[in-house]
Amino acid sequence: MSTEVQEPIVAPGYDNESVTRKITDVVLTRPVHRGWLGGFAIAFLLLMMFNYAVAWLLYKGIGVWGVNIPVAWGFAITNFVWWIGIGHAGTFISAILLLLHQDWRTSINRFAEAMTLFAVACAGTFPLLHLGRPWVFYWLLPYPDTMGMWPQWRSALVWDVFAVGTYLTVSLIFWYVGLVPDLATMRDRARSKFLQLIYGVLALGWRGSARHWKRFHVAYLLLAGLATPLVLSVHSVVSTDFAIAIVPGWHSTIFPPYFVAGAIFSGFAMVLTLAIPIRKYYHLEDFITIKHLENSAMVMLATGLMVAHGYLTEGFMSWYSDDKFEIYLTLNRMFGPYAPAYWLLVTCNVIVPQAIWFKRIRTNPAGLFVIALLIQIGMWTERYVIVVTSLHRDFMTSAWAIFHGTRWDWMTLIGSLGLFATLFFLFLRVLPAISISEMRDLVHKKAKAAA
Amino acid sequence: MRANPDRPAVRPYRASRAHMNNQSPTTDHQSPALHGVMAEFTQPEQLLSAAQRAYAAGYRKLDAYTPYSVEGLAEAIGFCKTRVPLVTLIGGIIGALTAYVMQWYSAARDYPLNVGGRPLHSWPAFVPITFELTVLFAALAAFIGMLWMNGLPRPYHPVFNAPEFKLASQTRFFLCIEANDPRFNIDEARQFLQGLNPINVSEVEK
Repeated sequence: MSTEVQEPIVAPGYDNESVTRKITDVVLTRPVHRGWLGGFAIAFLLLMMFNYAVAWLLYKGIGVWGVNIPVAWGFAITNFVWWIGIGHAGTFISAILLLLHQDWRTSINRFAEAMTLFAVACAGTFPLLHLGRPWVFYWLLPYPDTMGMWPQWRSALVWDVFAVGTYLTVSLIFWYVGLVPDLATMRDRARSKFLQLIYGVLALGWRGSARHWKRFHVAYLLLAGLATPLVLSVHSVVSTDFAIAIVPGWHSTIFPPYFVAGAIFSGFAMVLTLAIPIRKYYHLEDFITIKHLENSAMVMLATGLMVAHGYLTEGFMSWYSDDKFEIYLTLNRMFGPYAPAYWLLVTCNVIVPQAIWFKRIRTNPAGLFVIALLIQIGMWTERYVIVVTSLHRDFMTSAWAIFHGTRWDWMTLIGSLGLFATLFFLFLRVLPAISISEMRDLVHKKAKAAA
Repeated sequence: MRANPDRPAVRPYRASRAHMNNQSPTTDHQSPALHGVMAEFTQPEQLLSAAQRAYAAGYRKLDAYTPYSVEGLAEAIGFCKTRVPLVTLIGGIIGALTAYVMQWYSAARDYPLNVGGRPLHSWPAFVPITFELTVLFAALAAFIGMLWMNGLPRPYHPVFNAPEFKLASQTRFFLCIEANDPRFNIDEARQFLQGLNPINVSEVEK
């Protein structure tokens, strides 16, 4: 190990000027290419499909999704948990790695935070649509209504409203605060009057004063400190949606840590899914190096092992509980009607990530891309198995049923990918995808250390 | 806001023209139209030592402008303490109290609902929302407090008139001795800044 050359986190030979130019040029001078246009067109079509499916849902009611008693949650909650989990890696990178002084986070935190925002936006649509009457969503909020009612504070579903709402708001603030100095750079580099005005308004008149930087820096660290427990709390609260119910397979104290690990696991898979094409297409290999991919892969491996440990513990606890419903549920998951989904998730989440142990694989972008996609499929399947297998065979045999997603379920799921991708494609064209001010600092420090 | 919006944000090198016209620079010193004298550097270390020397020379109304956060620079110009953490703490406390009192009042006072004799003031169930609103209020306080204390948003500021100031958000490092400094004298300030090895010194109009 000691003889190996340490992979750099930024290629040598960059200075303030070239870093600024390279990142802003992607937005300001690069013409729209066919690749971007094609990708955007596909994403936009999927978004239109999403709108179509949602319109039909609003017209007909949520019966068009395959949900009914006993499987009342189906795809909507699966998608919700999956999307919100994906968001967690963004906050993990931007907040926790900042506090841990991991300077490799610098070139990936901006787009990872954007990923968080868009993933939480996708996630938020599902429980709202699943309400059945989404237009009265505000009943979830405490406000002085004519019914004289309050939300039920002892319900995990109400906790969810506050957890996800706070998460979205704090992620947005954190992202925007980090963007302000870069928006000033965009304002000062933009050549058209229109862009100068737009970026100028968004930059709030930032002028880089030392006093401002000081307060900015303190506020940024405080926001990171606040986001750190927040990111752990959000998926814990989501997991209590399950854990506080008495349903076999859900009623378990392992859920919060197991969900948080799964969230970061799938989130890093999404980071890699986005980073690998971006660095190639926009020629950012000097900033998003193999080292970033490798580090992300190792976080994925570590959290993947935690998730695998969660699966083992679940199995052990159901045997150890000596509760016949718990034991039946575990056997039913493994060998019942949803067995293919269970073994798919074990393959994708436990077996596939083991390839990351090999240096040759974790430094190979194409290989990592495939692994990341498989992990995302695996993590979606995991939530599907948790939601559906626990519900479809409840305590009473008279209430047993089989759930399958309808075509509207699949259209909303795939359409939500379109919503996410559309937002992301637009983000790449209008905002600097890498934090310019932090990169300048990093490049300067690296140059000084090398000298 | 400036009187004439048609004037470009970056002005030509006014100060040197004033000298060419043989105007007495000491009268400029009295002029209310001057914001300060600005020096431009290429390296953060140069700026940092310049700022330290300016502070040591007795200048107190100083500001530095950089494309990224330079460690120790705020302290060098005599700005050590910020109240952002205090504001954030207050925001968090208000958030916690709001959340807890709201839940207690609504569940135990305003609409008590007897569910199998369980306690109305069931504090463990109130913890998640109390935590979330603490974080939410603290984050909003940190964000708004930081902008408020920085005086942002502020679309116009005299320093934008300095030549090449566009580079302050890109590559260059600036130090400004402001005209409202009690020790300010335009010639001295100019000379002092020239002595710090900048690539450029200019006067900044209001």
